Amino acid sequence: MLHHLEKAIEATNPPLTRRGFLAVTGGAGVGLIVGFSFPRGAKAATGDDQFNPFVMIDSDGIVTVLSKHLDKGQGTATGLATLVAEELDASVEQMRVEHAPAHPEVYKNLLFGVQGTGGSTAIANSFEQYRKAGAAAKAMLVAAAADSWGVPAGEITVANGTITHGSGKSATFGDFAEAASGLEPPAEPTLKTPDQWVYIGKDFPRLDIPNKTMGAPRTYGLDIDVENRLVAVIARPPKFGAVLKSVDATEAKAVRGVVDVRETPVGVAVFAESTWPAIKARDLLVMEWDDSNAETRGSDAILAEFKALAETPGAVAHAADYEAGLAEAETIVEMDYSFPFLAHAPMEPLDITILFDGETATLWTGSQIQTIDQGATAAVLEITPDKVTINTQWAGGSFGRRATTNADYAVEAALLAKIWGEARPIKVVWTREDDIKGGYYRPMYVHKARAGVKDGKITGWHHRIVGQSIFTGTAFESLIVQDGIDHTSVEGIADTTYSIPNMQVELHSPPVGVPPLWWRSVGHTHTAYVMETMMDALAKAAGVDPVEFRLAHLGNDPRKAGVLKLAAEKAGWTEPVGAGRHRGVAVHKSFNSYVAEIAEISMNDGVVKVEKVVAAVDCGIPVNPDNIAGQVEGGLGFGLGAVMRNEITFTDGEVDQANFDTYEPLRIDDMPDVEVHIVPSTEPPTGIGEPGTPPIGPAVANAIGQATGQTPTELPWSKGGLV
Amino acid sequence: MVQLTVNGQTHDIDVDADTPLLWALRDELGMTGTKFGCGLALCGACTVHIDGVAMRSCQTTVEDAEGTEITTIEAIEGKAADAVRAAWQEIQVPQCGYCQSGQIMSATALLVENAKPTDEDIDTAMYGNACRCATYHRIRKAIHRAADLMEA
Repeated sequence: MLHHLEKAIEATNPPLTRRGFLAVTGGAGVGLIVGFSFPRGAKAATGDDQFNPFVMIDSDGIVTVLSKHLDKGQGTATGLATLVAEELDASVEQMRVEHAPAHPEVYKNLLFGVQGTGGSTAIANSFEQYRKAGAAAKAMLVAAAADSWGVPAGEITVANGTITHGSGKSATFGDFAEAASGLEPPAEPTLKTPDQWVYIGKDFPRLDIPNKTMGAPRTYGLDIDVENRLVAVIARPPKFGAVLKSVDATEAKAVRGVVDVRETPVGVAVFAESTWPAIKARDLLVMEWDDSNAETRGSDAILAEFKALAETPGAVAHAADYEAGLAEAETIVEMDYSFPFLAHAPMEPLDITILFDGETATLWTGSQIQTIDQGATAAVLEITPDKVTINTQWAGGSFGRRATTNADYAVEAALLAKIWGEARPIKVVWTREDDIKGGYYRPMYVHKARAGVKDGKITGWHHRIVGQSIFTGTAFESLIVQDGIDHTSVEGIADTTYSIPNMQVELHSPPVGVPPLWWRSVGHTHTAYVMETMMDALAKAAGVDPVEFRLAHLGNDPRKAGVLKLAAEKAGWTEPVGAGRHRGVAVHKSFNSYVAEIAEISMNDGVVKVEKVVAAVDCGIPVNPDNIAGQVEGGLGFGLGAVMRNEITFTDGEVDQANFDTYEPLRIDDMPDVEVHIVPSTEPPTGIGEPGTPPIGPAVANAIGQATGQTPTELPWSKGGLV
Repeated sequence: MVQLTVNGQTHDIDVDADTPLLWALRDELGMTGTKFGCGLALCGACTVHIDGVAMRSCQTTVEDAEGTEITTIEAIEGKAADAVRAAWQEIQVPQCGYCQSGQIMSATALLVENAKPTDEDIDTAMYGNACRCATYHRIRKAIHRAADLMEA
């Protein structure tokens, strides 16, 4: 998601070569705490204490890893704990994981330069850092044991949380945690070689699952009830860009439990002693809105405008002599596509608690880009970002929604805290309707693609994309949008690794008054669909098997070819499919990972049922294979629900959908059987939260094409009666 | 004033009669294991057992819940519940986990009624429990596993 920022940020801030020195603290009652310290220059830049814990070992031997990344279900926290446990040779039972505090320097995503989670980068950027912290802790425990036992450190072994010596001496981590804290950390701890790994590449259970099966308190942001807190719900404008003209809150204020109703720059806020009175009272507000600057178009009108634009030349994202290429072709394939706005709809609607005492602010929320949330909150409250403490909570999903470049919901909370004036905790709760109607959608896109094929090879390709730019108008516009091209609008096509000669890609980015946002796999949500259904159509035109046709164009991308071959083999692609069944394939690279999916469907009275999906994934060294499988299973389920029946539409600027009846998620009876195969790899680990999502739509669409001769090109498929 | 019996304990709660049981549990009793997902009985995140039956607490008022035995995720136990929890951990079902309280309550109710459910039985019983992480594949697997554990 945010991986586009990496290069841009590195270009403006030279890559930081210093990643901090290992350092320790601890002592009586505290145990051993291993982290990183930064040189004086960094201290001057950040102005605060430079010791930053990553691993804490207490006198009971409990190892607590601090996750600098938000775990919103993708398993990152356990992934980081796995890296530490590996180098520590800890037991699974003694491992714990918590979210780290917010700090832009010490807990930064090494690929972003700020603290934040996204773009499927969490394990990729932490792979060395967290292993080093674990290795340093182990080296010091061993040194402390050697000292105490009077034996050479080299004779001591550590396995499964136990420190032993051949003489029969044995100890736990807790026994030496305090003594170890008085030692000098190794300058450069030795990391294990892959053949020594006991957890990486094996299965390490998720550390968050026990709590999540017990309904444990204080897990998610919505569970946080700071003493004396008020609950606020906000009546936001019914049309994006509308402003409040008037409000009559007489009836709302009469609801028992309502404390006050205030006008705010983001809408009318109802403050109550608890959640239900706030929700109930909001329905009783009588409001008038000024629509002069609002987006008042319907989505049909926006779509018609996009389709007209698709007929005109756009800004060139990738230039080529496509006309010459198309002229060479024996057969031309031309397809038009449309993709709707999509809401993220995480199971936990947004929520955030804020306490502002006039000088410092504290947030409790599933913060995804802590550095932006700190900065934006501070700006509203007119304090400095270091005065904003964030208690990052486990998040009930995000799919991109919690990572806004303007920290939209943290800013709302800060505005409410400022308006309230007294130092009282305020918990802002979003209802499902607020979430579905709240904007920050995957934008609507239209594609127009024309490609030619001759003798089994593509000869030329002309591609036009129309859709709102995600980055234009954000603080990152100048970094990401270059020469009128927002890379996230064309990724997956303009940078395809298929060998396609004479391919021109053009883009129109018309402004729409609806806030856009990345949505699990960003541009790949639509580009993979077009690319991979086009590849099938071209294969058909060429009279070549769809897998063979793709492989013929993957000479430059052996890893993509590798997952495609593996999925085909495991799915029995060359064998006949069962009676009444149809197969479709898609393969796509995103976030430096490769996923191929082969879908098997049945059709009853024209209605599609996805029976089974066989997936193959190459994401480099697989740190937690079972979690990788889970992310591919869930990622493809998330994508499937969307292509089947999800869309956000507008009538005169107002969102038509409101809750899970009109924006119905994938249900259990929609979910196919899934098989995930992981390619063994020695490459550095890459993303897994998002890459499972892009291939599912086109894989199933290609199966529908096989079944009916018609590949669906207007999304969602419910429009065409297929589901 | 409303009197609720939750997990065997009786509580007097001073809220309006139309207050959903969900918000009474969460805000008044501090039992936050029961989740708010939609408010309209469309997602199942708020599922509790009322007199042993899986019900959506967001659409059950405290008035209607008075005089019943309410069981929540914090206290559900017994052969089926224990098997479900064990299977959920063994199969590593939860991702974000926010819907899982409701999934576990629904799955437990299913297994109490039907110790050996088929895929179709599972789809029918669990249809109303949405999971945006789409852990359904593992939910199905874990319910079968829980059934095996109960039998063992």
